[in-house]
Amino acid sequence: MTVVPSYQNTNRLGHRFGLGKMSLAFIVLLAAAAVIVPLCNLVVPETSPFYIPDHLVALLGKWLCYAMLAVSLNLVWGYCGILSLGHGAFFALGGYAMGMYLMRQIGTRGVYGHPVLPDFMVFLNWKELPWFWYGFDQFWFAAIMIVLAPGLLAFVFGWFAFRSRVSGVYLSIITQAMTYALLLAFFRNDMGFGGNNGLTDFKDILGFNIQTRETRATLFALSAGFLVAFLLVTAFITTSRFGKLLVATRDAEGRTRFLGYRPENVKLFVWTLSAVMAGIAGALFVPQVGIINPGEFAPANSIEVVIWTAVGGRGTIIGPVIGAVLVNGGKSWFTGLFPEFWLFVLGALFVLTTLFLPKGIVGTANDLWSKVRRKKPDNTEGSAVLQAAE
Amino acid sequence: MSEQAKLTNSILYLDNVSVAFDGFKAINGLSLYLEPGEMRAIIGPNGAGKTTMMDIITGKTKPDEGDVWFNGNVDVTKHDESAIATMGIGRKFQKPTVFENHTVEDNLLLALSGAKPLKTMLFGQVEESEAERIDRILETTRLGARRHQMAADLSHGQKQWLEIGMLLAQDPKLLLVDEPVAGMTDAETEETARLLRDIAKDHAVVVVEHDMDFVRDLDVRVTCLHEGSVLAEGSLDHVSGNQKVIDVYLGR
Repeated sequence: MTVVPSYQNTNRLGHRFGLGKMSLAFIVLLAAAAVIVPLCNLVVPETSPFYIPDHLVALLGKWLCYAMLAVSLNLVWGYCGILSLGHGAFFALGGYAMGMYLMRQIGTRGVYGHPVLPDFMVFLNWKELPWFWYGFDQFWFAAIMIVLAPGLLAFVFGWFAFRSRVSGVYLSIITQAMTYALLLAFFRNDMGFGGNNGLTDFKDILGFNIQTRETRATLFALSAGFLVAFLLVTAFITTSRFGKLLVATRDAEGRTRFLGYRPENVKLFVWTLSAVMAGIAGALFVPQVGIINPGEFAPANSIEVVIWTAVGGRGTIIGPVIGAVLVNGGKSWFTGLFPEFWLFVLGALFVLTTLFLPKGIVGTANDLWSKVRRKKPDNTEGSAVLQAAE
Repeated sequence: MSEQAKLTNSILYLDNVSVAFDGFKAINGLSLYLEPGEMRAIIGPNGAGKTTMMDIITGKTKPDEGDVWFNGNVDVTKHDESAIATMGIGRKFQKPTVFENHTVEDNLLLALSGAKPLKTMLFGQVEESEAERIDRILETTRLGARRHQMAADLSHGQKQWLEIGMLLAQDPKLLLVDEPVAGMTDAETEETARLLRDIAKDHAVVVVEHDMDFVRDLDVRVTCLHEGSVLAEGSLDHVSGNQKVIDVYLGR
């Protein structure tokens, strides 16, 4: 297929992965971190200033999973205008699928030493494994479920919601209801997912001891790798013609219908893809934190994801990663000092971002940068803009 | 001509169409007939049902009764907006509705890619034929110099032209244009009349407009609507000489 320059030259459409320099540098850094952080943890001696302690690797790995979740939310909210207040549900479902695999790996090492049944089932006096636990002793099966469970839920939910033209705040409310309903369901012991204790006490993953530094460093590297992949997928989709349609759907959904598009299908596609991404994030999260319980379905969790994304900059490629890491970093630091005030700080952060940084950190930085560049011939003015911004 | 012959020879055929909102009859026994390639101007006072008529033709509103046929063989009432747009009815809204966060050329690209398979949308490149069409439309609408500007940064008149350009990109058989010159300067109005006459050379066009000078400029058959049905139809002189038209519309 030939491409004519008159359109392409001046537009990045042809340059797939049409990333800005800043995003590209950021993604390269992340990819480097996937290698360097594990090396600094495992190879560098503890006395060296470059040594990264185990607990920090675990903490960073957790943040990377949160960042993946924010990236998945950004795809639907930032680019397609679907404000999901229930993305934590997809994250938790992926996490549970992974957790079920890890439970089956415990085998006879559980407290009750039952060869097949996980501890909580023995405790509840169950005699045999429920049918929906079949297959989870195989990793490949669990891997399929990690993708399928959130993907299928999102597909069915989206099919009905988008076809009935539910949008805006009404859609946000039913996503919130969805995650709340799952929270209540998973709390019940007879659901067969461990009730309010959830799934924990994991031993092995793919035959490797889950507690060792090597396994943890590998999980970190995998998380960083998946995050990079998610960012590239976002960049690829949003710079394609489909990505332009996403933004058009976000800004004037009705108008796209009169051009012959079906916005309900456009939304269903990104919505399902985004849920799968969230599920993978959850699956990587669970072995690193060592537990999955119904608390992950809590509506507040999903709302936090929205705040990370808003702070970092929705509708930008790397914004959600920066938001997730900064807010979670802030949370770790702040809850150490004044644990009871964190929720107020989080709320204030959201209000302030909405009022003063509606485009988030990265969106605002992009605006400033393009302003500076436009005024480049006149250097004095360019720096004035920068100073005014600082 | 028999009704059947009229139908098969038409690009648009409305017969005895009615629709009511909460008891208010917005369209009341409306019949309208448009030949392929014809341009028609629709005038009439506010609330005459002009925009509702367009909503019915584009599938946004379903009529309570009556027939709406497109191209002599498609029952419009059985399809939704996307399907109707794909079959070849394009619409320009009263308030210019363009994709503000996209450049002028990307607006056109989106308009000409309607209903392409997902694979092409995700992985396809802009083909030579598409790029050429974008160039041609930019020339026709005289927006070439603005092709890289965000649509949000265009003036009101330019947005109207961009939306007409998007209609052209869709290459529909029938164009519905709702008040294209509202809020335009005299020079812009003249330019728009030229553009529409140009388009009418190879498309059927329905233009709703209040500006009588503009309608005179178009020099086409005129239909005057009032309270949801046709009051008068014919040349502009014929219609504007009609006493009923003067009473309800022109005289006021």
